[in-house]
Order: sequence, then structure tokens, then C-alpha cells
Amino acid sequence: MSAEQLQLSGGARTSFKRWQGRAFAALAFACTLVGVLSLAVLMYEVLSEGATRLDIAFLRDLPSRFPEQAGFYPAIMGSLWVMGLTALLAIPIGMGAAIYLELYAGRNWLTRIIQINIANLAGVPSIIYGILGLAVFVRAMEFERSVLAGALTMALLVLPVVIIASQEALRAVPPSLRDGALALGATRWQTIRGQVLPVAFPGMLTGVILALSRAIGETAPLIMVGAFQYIPFAPDGVFSRFTVMPVQIFTWSARPQAAFRETAAAGIIVLLALLLTLNSVAIYLRNRYQRKVKW
Amino acid sequence: MNGRRRWTAAPANRAKRRPALALAALPLAAATLLVACRGGSDDIAVDGSSTVGPITEAMAEEFLKQADLRVSVGISGTGGGFEKLCRGEIDINNASRPIDEDDEKEGAACARRGIEYVEFKVALDGLTVVTHPGNDFAACLTISQLRAIWDAGSEVDNWAQVDASFPDLGMKLYGPGPDSGTFDYFTKAVNGTTDQSRSDYTASEDDYVLVQGVEHDAGALGYFGFAYYQGEGSGLNGVAVKRDIDKNGEPVEGAACVSPTVDSINDGTYPLARPLFLYVTRDALADADVRAFVEFYLTHPQYVTDVGFVPLPEEEYRAQLDLLHDVSPGGER
Repeated sequence: MSAEQLQLSGGARTSFKRWQGRAFAALAFACTLVGVLSLAVLMYEVLSEGATRLDIAFLRDLPSRFPEQAGFYPAIMGSLWVMGLTALLAIPIGMGAAIYLELYAGRNWLTRIIQINIANLAGVPSIIYGILGLAVFVRAMEFERSVLAGALTMALLVLPVVIIASQEALRAVPPSLRDGALALGATRWQTIRGQVLPVAFPGMLTGVILALSRAIGETAPLIMVGAFQYIPFAPDGVFSRFTVMPVQIFTWSARPQAAFRETAAAGIIVLLALLLTLNSVAIYLRNRYQRKVKW
Repeated sequence: MNGRRRWTAAPANRAKRRPALALAALPLAAATLLVACRGGSDDIAVDGSSTVGPITEAMAEEFLKQADLRVSVGISGTGGGFEKLCRGEIDINNASRPIDEDDEKEGAACARRGIEYVEFKVALDGLTVVTHPGNDFAACLTISQLRAIWDAGSEVDNWAQVDASFPDLGMKLYGPGPDSGTFDYFTKAVNGTTDQSRSDYTASEDDYVLVQGVEHDAGALGYFGFAYYQGEGSGLNGVAVKRDIDKNGEPVEGAACVSPTVDSINDGTYPLARPLFLYVTRDALADADVRAFVEFYLTHPQYVTDVGFVPLPEEEYRAQLDLLHDVSPGGER
């Protein structure tokens, strides 16, 4: 190869590298678009189909065999009951476990086994939790097909995610902060309570709310535990029978009458609205607590 | 330990701890609160077939306008419902087929636990064979033609193979999956043995998928329940069926082509009609509310029509009502 040729191919290589960079940027942008576009299409489909069915009566009425009269009330109330109770159970237990694992537990084989197990549990298909819930809560503990059995199952389902997210948040607290507090004579409890938790709390909260918003869309484990498809009443206690929004939407979409497809779409809009509300509450809380922390 | 305690701050700090302690005590408090309030038993629990479910929901919707009760309906499938019935977890099972007396989870489980049940016929369904709206040649198919198409091992993939007068058009098949009661009934009625079917067809438990498939495929042939033919599938061709052979495969003389309609299913002339059932435990029937609900069910066939199914003939309803009145709680049928 002559010197001239070398120079030429060198110039070509530079422009090729530049082209490579642009191509990668374009590819990454296209990847972003796939997600955004499919969400946009989904939103458009659902909104255009369900918007006509969406009114106060839809939120207030009981289910019906006539698609234009069918209401979402028992499912909305059922979801609120189950998710409320799930939060009540999963948040303290999950945060407690994370604090123990991250701040108290020694680094030994037992902790490692627990840690690996929690990570694995986070990846177990949700239907497995449903089967567990049916065997343990519904049958063995005789809670029957109740809000309580559903919430306990959902709490188990979200616990690994809550624990892992909370641990990440705790780990993100600068060790110098802890060391400083301890060096000034604070006890371990005082350090955690006064220094570590306030800093980690927004992150923990975000993890919790993301875990709960995943749970609110879960159908399979709750059908397994015994959510009913037709419930003409709102739950009045934790031993009440119940249905939840995704189960009701699923039931409607399987109905033979075409008009039920619109009812299902209206249900999806309500579910999405609730999800967005939950997520914005998470963001609000995070910002609020973040502002309070001053180093 | 002692060393650390000496460094602990003065009691002034103690008040600050409380919120965290309260947080830790939440689950305990919640648990106590929960156990304090157990729900009443003034309700009826129904589960079972997703085919029968909408009928029971329609009945419950109307029944509850006059009764201060709670009726919950689940759709675990006919088999799942029998399992729950024989565990004593529900009062009524919506069934799209009769109970299997020998099945470990159905009849045998009921017998083992001493749970007695009564079977009520409540409505009719007609399995409907459908083709693409543009299909004008296959207006009527015989049972033996359907068997040639659907039987296990069948390699029919062109309409011309079914009848010499049919055009040379590729055939594509759509039907419910093997977990469905519709599949059980169709395979028994057409192929002679339950669950005996070719498996190289587009199977879906969601009838809506089947409707979509047949709608967009000129050579399509599919089957599903009558309610879907009345609803989403109403744009498709419902094929008339001719019972040219009986259950044992013997030829039947003088059979006619019968289209799936409310009348032909109701009077029993449509060959692929099947009854739908309620299975009620005897314990539940001892309860006046459950009896009232079943009686309402048997005396309001108009709501069966509302959700796309076919009522029984009148004398059948009378027979079922007599059965209900004969069943004295705890006594023999």
C-alpha cells in the first residue's frame, strides 16, 4: 500500500467514524420513539374509544349487562381498598427490612443468602404469588376470597421491589454523613433516625410508589386469590368480597357485545388516571422532602 | 453496649423517636383492626364458566333490585368452579357441561366431603359454525363434513376437499383452545369423542380473536358460542348444520339443514345446541335467599335473551321449578 492510499483510507475512516456516531444517535432516538409512539397510539386508541362512555355515572354506578349502563364503582373501591391495605402492610415491613439489611446486618453468608433470595423473588412471575396467596391466605388461614387475602398477596408481591429500592436509596446516602454523626457521638439509632433516613426517605418513597403502581395493574394473582368478576357493591371491610379495576376491564373486554369494548376503554382511562395521580403524588412527595434536607 | 448507652442523648430527644416507632407499629395496629370486623354472610357466592357468567350476572342485576342481598360472580371456568363447589367455598357453580362424577376434583371430591348438589338446567347455547361474510357456497355443512374437517389427523386444507361443488380455496380454521367447555362440547358432538380434534388451527380462548380472524380471511371456518354470533360475530355467515349421522356414526335419514337461530336452538332442531347449568349445593338451597335466587333465575328467561343466549322451552322451565320445589333441604331428590 502506498503512502497516498494510506492517507486516503485514513480520511475515509474519520468520516466513517463520524457517520458511525451519527448513526448511533439516530438509532438511539428511534429506540426512544418506539416507546413514546406506542404509548401515544395506545392512549389515542383508548381515549377515542372510551371517552364517550366516561362520565360521573360511570364512576358511581354498579356493573350491568347493558354496556351503556355498566359502572365501575365496585372495581374502583375494590382497588382502593386492596392497594391501601397493601401499602399499609408492605411499606413498614419493606422499609424495616431494608434498614436492617443495609444498616444493621453484618456482611456474612446469611445476609448474602437473604439478599440473593430477595433479588430472585423480585423476578418471580406474579401468578406464583397468586397461587401462594390462594394456598396460604385464602385456604390455610381461612381469610376466604377477601380484600385481606388479596392485599396480603399483593404485599408479598411488592415487598422485594420495595426492599431493593429502599436499600438503593439508603446506599446512596454518603457514608461521610454517617461517619460524621457517629464521630460526634450519636448512637447508631440517632444517626439513622436523624441523618440517614431523612436523606434516603424520598428515594425510598419513590421506590414504594413505583412498586405500588405496578401492583395496581396486576390481574393474574388477584384472579387466583379470588377477585370476583361481578361485584355489585363496594367492599365494607377487609373480609368483604371484592373485585379490582384490571379484573373488571378484562371481564368487559371478553364480553360478546361490541359496545363493551368502549366500556372497557373507559375503565382503562380511569385506571391510567389513577396511576398518573399516584406517580405525581410520588414526585410531589419526593420534591417536598428533598427540599427539607440541608447539609 | 454499655459504652454506647453512655453516649445516648438526654430524654429531650425521646419525643422525636415516636413517629418512627409508630411507623413500625402500623402493621400490628392494622392487623388488630382487621380481625375486629368480619363480614356478614347475607350473600351468595357464584363461580364457574365464563359462558354462563354473563347470564348469572344479568339475573343478579335484576334480582338485587328487589332483594337486599349480595351476589358475587366469579369466572374460574366450569372445572375451577366445580372444584370450589366441592370444597364448600361457593354456593352455586355456573357450568357449561355436566359435572364429571369420577373426576378427582369434581364429583369424587364432593362425594368425599359429603357435599350434595342439585343440577338445574337454566338456558341453551348453540355452538355456531361461521365463515367469512363473502363465503356464499358453504351455506350448509353436514356433521360428517365437519368431522372430516375437524377430526384428529385431518389434513383438509382446501374447501374443494370438503365438497366437489366448493371452489378451490384455501381453508383456514379458527376455534377455542382445549381448556374451553365449547371445545369439549364441539369435539364430542362432531368428532364423537370429547377432546378429540386436530390441533393445527388458530386456537384462542378469547372469542373476539376468533371473530377477528374469520372476518379477515376469505377461506376461514370457525366456531364459537351463540352469544358471540349474536354480538361481535353478527357480521359473519352462520352456517346451517345438517345432522346426517347420529352419535354412533350411523346415517340419519331425511335430516334437514338447520340454521342457528333462537327458535331452532330453543325447539331442539339445531344439532349443535347444548344446555347450560347451575349446580347448587344442598346446604345453600336450605337458605331461603338462595332458593329465591334460583327461582328468580328459572322464572325470568327474558334476561337470558338480553345477554345473547336462548331460553329453555317453557315446559323445561316448569320441570326445573318442580325440581327446585321438590328438593327439601337435606332430603333425597
